[in-house]
Amino acid sequence: MKQVVLKIQENKALTPTTYRMKLAGDTCAVSAPGQFINIRLDGFFLRRPISVNDVEYPSAEGCDDGVVTIIYKVLGHGTEEMTRYEPGRKLDVLTGLGNGYDLADAGKHPLLIGGGVGIPPLYLAARRLMENAECEDVSVILGFNSADEMYYVDEFGKLGCRVTVATADGSEGIKGFVTDAFRELVCECGSPCLAEAGREQESDSEFRRFTHFYTCGPEPMLKAVYAEVYKRAGISGQMSFEERMGCGFGACMGCSIRTAGGYKRICKDGPVLRTEEILW
Amino acid sequence: MVDTKVDLCGITLDNPVIPASGTFGYGYEFAELYDINCLGTFSFKGTTRDPRFGNETPRIAECPSGMLNAVGLQNPGVDKVITEELPKLAEVFHKPVMANVSGFSVEDYVYTTELLAAQEQVGWLEINISCPNVHGGGMSFGTDPCMAADVVSAVRKTTDKPLIIKLSPNVTDIAGIARSCEAAGADGISLINTLMGMRISLSSRKPVLANTTGGYSGPAVFPVALRMVYQVSKAVSIPVVGMGGISSAEDVLEMMMAGAAAVEVGAANLTDPFASRDIVNDLPRVMEKYGISRLSDIIGASH
Repeated sequence: MKQVVLKIQENKALTPTTYRMKLAGDTCAVSAPGQFINIRLDGFFLRRPISVNDVEYPSAEGCDDGVVTIIYKVLGHGTEEMTRYEPGRKLDVLTGLGNGYDLADAGKHPLLIGGGVGIPPLYLAARRLMENAECEDVSVILGFNSADEMYYVDEFGKLGCRVTVATADGSEGIKGFVTDAFRELVCECGSPCLAEAGREQESDSEFRRFTHFYTCGPEPMLKAVYAEVYKRAGISGQMSFEERMGCGFGACMGCSIRTAGGYKRICKDGPVLRTEEILW
Repeated sequence: MVDTKVDLCGITLDNPVIPASGTFGYGYEFAELYDINCLGTFSFKGTTRDPRFGNETPRIAECPSGMLNAVGLQNPGVDKVITEELPKLAEVFHKPVMANVSGFSVEDYVYTTELLAAQEQVGWLEINISCPNVHGGGMSFGTDPCMAADVVSAVRKTTDKPLIIKLSPNVTDIAGIARSCEAAGADGISLINTLMGMRISLSSRKPVLANTTGGYSGPAVFPVALRMVYQVSKAVSIPVVGMGGISSAEDVLEMMMAGAAAVEVGAANLTDPFASRDIVNDLPRVMEKYGISRLSDIIGASH
């Protein structure tokens, strides 16, 4: 963790309620995708924890030319205030918080599943996985309520990921949730009864059996993904959780949950937990 | 050079700044950020006889100039604190630490206090009879002068180390409770614990906190805390540790002028992990500004 002053470079609406903010400065403390930064806002007591969407590191140690990108949804007074911030404004930010996704477990065919406001951290994961020689392909399922809330679909495509979109109202892509899209994908790869077929079976179509998954999204989506992808299809993965936080760095115990490995703090031991640890 | 040293129940502190229990863990999260030996001491996470998960989440809600918490005394239990947390702490903190004790019965308090008091690292025991976020214990001991005295006289028998009793502001006569603790053998009083409050979500029409109510802390409560420290320090002759919304060196001086011999810094640590260190560093400048050469001279200056 590092406390830094970052300067707003860009703050623009991607959809009516989703904004992207680029912050320039010392970004050295950001390491893994899935980590978050915690921003102090004037007039608000608690900082706003927001996941890292992308990071560029400073050209040299001690330089301030790094950039960290966040994508935030307007959910309350704090995020509403953030939409009014102009480029050039300086923010007090704690960076490099939390325990992010471990990409070493991705295998040859990782699957990324993001829903709505949970999509941003998967972008940095996708970018790093595409740069990873061990990964033969990276598949991404993005879920939205409807087409007018969609964002970042093209960006994942530009990285070279295989992108599947699901919308709850069917206005774009597969009608339904990310788990409906997942079922279609595994059928497409020639093993409709993947769960029954067991872990060893490899299909010969272009979609190989997924080796690992990474996900982030609202809790109902996480529960559905846990049931469908981990329990039913037998694929292990890593899930990023959200909780109201006090400090964001492990001091206050405000965001604890019970896991198979004991009590964990979402902010410090998470926000990413492994499917094997989750008690659902 | 100004002198920031103060005496707290016979132990000299390099300065009066003490991060408050529940906002500083067992110290080592902060030790990764700065050398926590710059602090007077700190009060570690409230410890109970048995391990506790605490309340369900959400446990945190924001408020104007502060926050509500309803953590509910999550801690690994006194045995693990002694075998795991204190050895880790010893590596990064070399001063006597304040052990914060909570319980659900007089026997709980006695059991936990006795074990912690036997630890060499522990300089003071802060007996929390004021947690608003647990049921069937905690605050109920701190809202009744007789029950408070029962806890104090029972734990008094377990140790000669200084016993500081942490009081709740959620009472009508805090000075009366402080006097009752003093009479039962307390060496000091700390106050205030959080003020009970709640928030309701307009969209769900339900309380924000899973526990319904929580404890309000942060700069908003500073004037309430200051008033109570003033009243209690006038009512007792033992040292008072003042806390509640302190977030600057100026606040430290004001709290000491109200009667505090030392201060605890709570919520400020959560929004700025360097808050306590920065207050320590800023104290000499602010003392010079107000013509204070020896900090202990201003204790109770407003009386």
